[in-house]
Amino acid sequence: MAPLVEVAEAENEVVPNFSTGSSKRRRRVRWWRGVVLVLTGAFFLIPIYAGIKFSLQNTEGHFSFQAYEKLPSAPGFTAALTLSLKIAFVTMVVSTLLMVPTAIYVHVRLPRLRRVLDVVTVLPIVIPPIVLITGVLGVFPLWAKSSPYLLSFMYVILAMPFVYRSLDAGIGAIDLKTLTEASRSLGGNWSKTMWRVILPNIRPALLSATVLTLALVFGEYTMAQLDLWQTIPVWIAQFQVSNDGPIQVAASMMGLVGTWVLLMVVVSIDRSQSRRNRKKLGAS
Amino acid sequence: MTLMKETTMSSLLPTASPSPGAAVSLENLVRTFGSVRALDGFSLKIEPGEFMALLGPSGCGKTTALRVLAGFEILDSGRVVVEGVDLSNVNARKRDMGMVFQSYSLFPNMNALNNVAFGLRMRKQSRSVRQKKARELLEMVGLADQAAKYPHQMSGGQQQRIALARALAIEPRVLLLDEPLSALDAMVRVELRDQIRQLQQRLAITTVFVTHDQEEVLSMADRVCVMSRGHIEQVATPAEIYARPSTAFVAQFVGISSRVPVKLSGQEVVIFDQRCPVRSGESSSVTGAADALLRPEDIAIEVSADGTGFVTRKSFLGAMTRLVVQVGDLSVRVDVRSDVGSDIELGTRVQPRIVARDVLLAPRKEVAILDVDAPYGPLLTAD
Repeated sequence: MAPLVEVAEAENEVVPNFSTGSSKRRRRVRWWRGVVLVLTGAFFLIPIYAGIKFSLQNTEGHFSFQAYEKLPSAPGFTAALTLSLKIAFVTMVVSTLLMVPTAIYVHVRLPRLRRVLDVVTVLPIVIPPIVLITGVLGVFPLWAKSSPYLLSFMYVILAMPFVYRSLDAGIGAIDLKTLTEASRSLGGNWSKTMWRVILPNIRPALLSATVLTLALVFGEYTMAQLDLWQTIPVWIAQFQVSNDGPIQVAASMMGLVGTWVLLMVVVSIDRSQSRRNRKKLGAS
Repeated sequence: MTLMKETTMSSLLPTASPSPGAAVSLENLVRTFGSVRALDGFSLKIEPGEFMALLGPSGCGKTTALRVLAGFEILDSGRVVVEGVDLSNVNARKRDMGMVFQSYSLFPNMNALNNVAFGLRMRKQSRSVRQKKARELLEMVGLADQAAKYPHQMSGGQQQRIALARALAIEPRVLLLDEPLSALDAMVRVELRDQIRQLQQRLAITTVFVTHDQEEVLSMADRVCVMSRGHIEQVATPAEIYARPSTAFVAQFVGISSRVPVKLSGQEVVIFDQRCPVRSGESSSVTGAADALLRPEDIAIEVSADGTGFVTRKSFLGAMTRLVVQVGDLSVRVDVRSDVGSDIELGTRVQPRIVARDVLLAPRKEVAILDVDAPYGPLLTAD
């Protein structure tokens, strides 16, 4: 038992007061936070603002939605958008099926491999996409190269650093090992544990990985261009009609806003579902 | 500090006569991690319905033993036998053992009711059956009104009670408790400790409890298995472990002991000019230079101007006051009643006297373990 009262020599200890110094320091930190926030905000928002402003001008330089109105009927836009969506869907599915079990298995069974995986998953950032696609196009058979879905597999590799890190952070935020063992001790097999315990608890990480993958597919140009598929980024770069620069920028802005809206939709669906579940259970 | 609702357990517990728990036999278990032998020929028999505590310092293998029993660790050799059936190669999910973990292991995506019902769902019970049983169990642990709450909306004590209900929902053959109280604050810990013991006795479920907290062990367990370096030091009742430790390790790990160098004279030693018999068992095999291991209550003091010792430290423990008495080069701890201790000032001359009927000996050179509960850290004497 720890002593309740201890009598010893050093009874009249004086505790120095640091409160004044620390509050000054806190104020200084807050001030710097504001500066950093403004600078970062300006860095991201000014180009977007410029893009939006440009896309909202007509040929005379006046405010107009002309570019956005023309965009759906622009030659090749719908086909490029459809192709990008298909590729994005396949990429997200393959990436999820590949990375989720891998990340979970490494966390539960092979935690020592996490460092190796950390390094391996950074490689796609280090190796330029042009090197990857050139190698793939040189090696893969014609039937594979003639399918746009070859790009999906390339994008799975490109998205790996973001997907793995997102999942790794999500899994790290829960006590995966204990939850898994708790499920097993209660009779859950691997598939039930995965479906009922793990996946619901890493859902935010999974959604974030999915959105990042989507953003990557809608922004990647080099591979698609070299593989001769007109995805949205390739279409934007190739769309050359005199005096229609705003349409190109409008397409970029649509892509940006579209991804952002999708992210919001996904997050709000997740939140509303959680809220609904709570209400339902609360009522029962 | 989180306070939990007071619950009258007796009115909530099942009224049916409890079925006897399962007999568990751990036979010569060996489990190594690299060069470390976490379990080194560990053998233990647990009687049906018994509350067995595994006690020992960090790294002694107690959690490994529990995890082996649960099926989370694969054995290098040995057998886990429950009710006469060898479960050594049986998957954890088929062992029918309920486990409560140290960290709050509730599923964050499920509310309390669904957490408790999870095991029943895995057993393909109908929705109505599992909801009914989960509610009964929530009532049993006094948390019926928390059924719709999610783990993050509950206190640590509440979460552990839900975890206990969840483990009991599957009617396990053995209940495994892996330091379930260590993350809780003191008051909740005591309350939950009593609740677990009460439930265990009512349900007569064989329970294995892992902890490094001596107070929990001494107050809860039917028998205690003190472990060190992957093997058993002593298995006995809490009273026996404390009063009659069979090894120096047990004497030092359970309770507080002061080491006092002594000279052996046959089966007697001389401490503070007083002849004391040596305890039978491991002590009797000690030869040559030895230390006597003395509990604070093994020593009494008398205030005397001619006393050979003087008080150097004083700690108020409630009913008792612990004094540290310096006798020559030696320091020993002595417990006195607080009404007596309050009158004793630091520096007071006292005469120590052994009041124990016999003393436990340890070889002089033995490396002392850290006395985790000591107010001033390990209080050992130099040679």
